[in-house]
Amino acid sequence: MPKKKTVLRVNGRQHELALDPNVSLLQALRDLGYTDVKNGCEIGECGACAVLLNGAAVNSCMVLAWQANGAEIVTNAGLGTLDRPHPIQEAFADAGAVQCGYCTPGMVISTKALLDRNPNPSEAEIREALSGNLCRCTGYAQIIEAVGVAARSLREAGEASRMGQRATDGSRSPSNSPGADQGVRRGGERR
Amino acid sequence: MQPFSLGDALKILSEVKDAEPIAGGTNLMVDMRAGTHRPRVVVDVAALRDLHGIEVTDTEVIIGAATTIAEMLASPILAKHAPVLVSACSSFANPLIRNRATVGGNLVTAAPCSDTAPALLTLDAEVKLASVRGMRRVPLEKFLVSAFSTIRRSDELLVSVRFRIPSATATSAFRKMGLRKVSCMAKVDVAVMLDGDATGRCTSARIAIAAASPAAVRARAAEAALVGKMLIPEAIAAAASLTAKAATPRAGSEYKLRVVEALARRLLAEAALAIERGGSNA
Repeated sequence: MPKKKTVLRVNGRQHELALDPNVSLLQALRDLGYTDVKNGCEIGECGACAVLLNGAAVNSCMVLAWQANGAEIVTNAGLGTLDRPHPIQEAFADAGAVQCGYCTPGMVISTKALLDRNPNPSEAEIREALSGNLCRCTGYAQIIEAVGVAARSLREAGEASRMGQRATDGSRSPSNSPGADQGVRRGGERR
Repeated sequence: MQPFSLGDALKILSEVKDAEPIAGGTNLMVDMRAGTHRPRVVVDVAALRDLHGIEVTDTEVIIGAATTIAEMLASPILAKHAPVLVSACSSFANPLIRNRATVGGNLVTAAPCSDTAPALLTLDAEVKLASVRGMRRVPLEKFLVSAFSTIRRSDELLVSVRFRIPSATATSAFRKMGLRKVSCMAKVDVAVMLDGDATGRCTSARIAIAAASPAAVRARAAEAALVGKMLIPEAIAAAASLTAKAATPRAGSEYKLRVVEALARRLLAEAALAIERGGSNA
């Protein structure tokens, strides 16, 4: 089977690849070193491999890599770094929403997709939005709480920036600018 | 393969042996990984413009086959004209899957537990199949043959689903019974659509069930028993009992007959009450 030329734009970086046509987006991302995208079930049940594909949260195991040709892909690591965590990531850490951490990147991605369209979700809306992400450690309570905390801090950051105070609160900027992933350590081989 | 147009896609499907269309991949990727389905070539139809979007004309609603479940869930057109379908979409898998899974894929896969099929059956929907040989339109009821089996030929592509706009006084209801609230396959789906006149007499009834027989089916006998009758509890109970007769669950799942009957009775009662209250298409 001939390789398929595919351009993946991940967290603002462009990768030109020649891939077997049956490679999933999940596999391609992990092979590129984006190991924050977790391989859980590979059958669309667990949500650990969730990424934003043109702004929508999807299971990357359900997408053929070449179907994502040219699309804008954002992974958990594209939202923030250890030094400059995204408010969602900060809230997950603060609320104790992370235990083994395997589901966390997917949870963060589903949270980002939710808060992008609904900045002030009810608990029911949070539960609904995260219903495609399984966690086997926390019992979900802290995760739901973390999403609420993140929503509040993003709303406050939004208000602050509307009042022209962005400079004083840069670390809490809700933006997910390309290149925000700089400094993230990436393992895995690069093809 | 990534065709740039519908014509290209149809040409590939007609010329390449063992070519399979893929859109959201939520079924095909699982089957390919499990090795139960090994197409030689997959044809990405998700990006074809002709297969997208939800349109409304004076008389009809037309949904492109590659429209995702999430897009249907957010559609003001469907919210207005087909709340039964929106309700089915809201119980469909989970948000991550809904962003990929498409209505065409759900129908073509023809899983017995399809959530869109029973809702679309109560809308009397019709599917449009295209191939290099031309187009044909087929009632959804005829399209679905059995479990994972439709009348689609291997060179045909499902391009759209359409249904007539229900009458303004029609009401509907949908309920899914599964093992969990989300991310589950239906154990039983029931969808109903009723219409009635000012006196409370039923003028039209459509009832569909899924996951309780090899293919989603209409309960025709139950529908016939309701039309012309007053929508009183006795008539509804009789129709619910006939609805269960349309179910043919697998051995060991006979409990589904009771679930179908109970859900049908509840949904018919809900829809009848909504008619009494002035037909808000609940």
